Amino acid sequence: MAKPSFSDEIANLLHAGHGNPLRTCIQCGTCSGTCPVVEYMDHTPRRIIGMIRANLKDEVLASNTYWYCASCYHCTVRCPAQIDIAETMYALKRYSIWKHVHQEGLVGPVFSETFVKTILRSGRSFEPILATSYLFSSGARELIQEAFMGTKMMLKGRMPVLPPRIKRLDNFKRMVSRVIPLEADS
Amino acid sequence: MKEFAYFPGCSLEKVGLSYHLSTVETTRKLGVDLKELEDWNCCGATTYFHVDELLAYTLCARNLAMAEKDNLDLVAPCSACYKNSYFTNKHLKEDPDLAEHINYALEEDNLNFSGQIEVKHLIEVFVHDVGLEEIRNNVSMPLEGLRVAPYYGCQILRPRKDHEDVEQAEFFEDLLSAIGAEPIPYPLKLKCCGGSLILSSREAALSMVRNLLQNAEDNGAEVIATACPMCQVNLECYQQQVNQEFGTRFSVPVVYFTQLMGLALGIPAKKLGIGKEIVAATPLAPYAR
Ligand code: SF4
Ligand code: SF4
Ligand code: SF4
Ligand code: SF4
Repeated sequence: MAKPSFSDEIANLLHAGHGNPLRTCIQCGTCSGTCPVVEYMDHTPRRIIGMIRANLKDEVLASNTYWYCASCYHCTVRCPAQIDIAETMYALKRYSIWKHVHQEGLVGPVFSETFVKTILRSGRSFEPILATSYLFSSGARELIQEAFMGTKMMLKGRMPVLPPRIKRLDNFKRMVSRVIPLEADS
Repeated sequence: MKEFAYFPGCSLEKVGLSYHLSTVETTRKLGVDLKELEDWNCCGATTYFHVDELLAYTLCARNLAMAEKDNLDLVAPCSACYKNSYFTNKHLKEDPDLAEHINYALEEDNLNFSGQIEVKHLIEVFVHDVGLEEIRNNVSMPLEGLRVAPYYGCQILRPRKDHEDVEQAEFFEDLLSAIGAEPIPYPLKLKCCGGSLILSSREAALSMVRNLLQNAEDNGAEVIATACPMCQVNLECYQQQVNQEFGTRFSVPVVYFTQLMGLALGIPAKKLGIGKEIVAATPLAPYAR
């Protein structure tokens, strides 16, 4: 059997997409015109879809576009070709984590993995909190400000000191191991 | 008495505590019974779907299955929890093979998903299940003259829905009017606040928050009302940084719609978590008990 093309892989990567009809893209640019992050992206959403279709795998994966996507789904609800662009961005994130290829210096990939580990360990998490502590430990100077914000919230009694846990954690971990092979490391 | 399974989500345990408190108070006052899921887990937020989609469905399905056990519809106050639960429910209902796979995992916790219930966002419960008329009838302290920007954010409306128009929502405004407040025109009300974009690009995230604050201020908002703990954190907590970055002087309180409702229903401010803000909610003082 022939190896699936990059564009087929991405189109079919997500269950929710049920096969995203990337081929039907008419390159109208509605997605790019809607996207609130477009000016910060290496390639606009329209271009990324075009590049996926052209199987420009390396260029697509090397771009910051899908990591900068905020998952606001505004493009998705407006696309005249019913392409779920936001889910495509998720598909790219997943693909790049699998393959360990992404642009240097991005916080997103490492954070995603840290976040998942936290949930697998406790059943609970909290994205903004984890973001704060993650940024703190990552040590980047301009990001430390976030941590100060965290401190202020702690003083106001809004930050948990200990991460909460669910009760039936053993069941939970066994449940997880039935869908993904990796054992939750505790 | 209307009863729902309540899935507060991790954000409401501390950072969004005021949202939790005011949710409990306002629903109680309006005769809605919220039964907290006995051992809910994190829904995975946006990040999970980056790593493993099946796992993401499993996590949400566990919560759904617990609600099914009590035969109650699930209500989530966090837009991200809502969206994840809503779509897991929808996809699993539509795809028996997927459901079977997930049910195999749920067996480990003696649970089963059968697709018996619906998922709602908290604001829908007020607007549709309680109803605006009922809310109006219970108002004892109308928030007359309070100019509020209704901030929907993204995930209450998108990417669904099955029928309603996702670009022309008005229910938040209607709810604010029902409690006597004045919803201001807020053209960016459906624009994204950046979610957790601050991780990938501080520059992009701060400029998105800035636009939302600017738009609220330009239209004369005294407070911004949100229906999501993440929106609340982004709009309130990054204000200082926005000011540093752009030389602006924003100082707009960002509160939960349930806190405003609570005041209008005559519930004491303290019970609604008012006073825990970083940007003090002074415009609410005249209405507070
Ligand atoms: S909006 Fe849809 S059809 Fe238009 S360019 Fe974007 S993906 Fe293609
Ligand atoms: S979902 Fe992503 S790509 Fe689409 S408009 Fe929002 S930020 Fe842009
Ligand atoms: S969306 Fe956020 S708060 Fe809600 S459960 Fe998921 S991670 Fe926790
Ligand atoms: S507005 Fe912001 S926090 Fe709220 S759902 Fe959208 S991205 Fe998430």
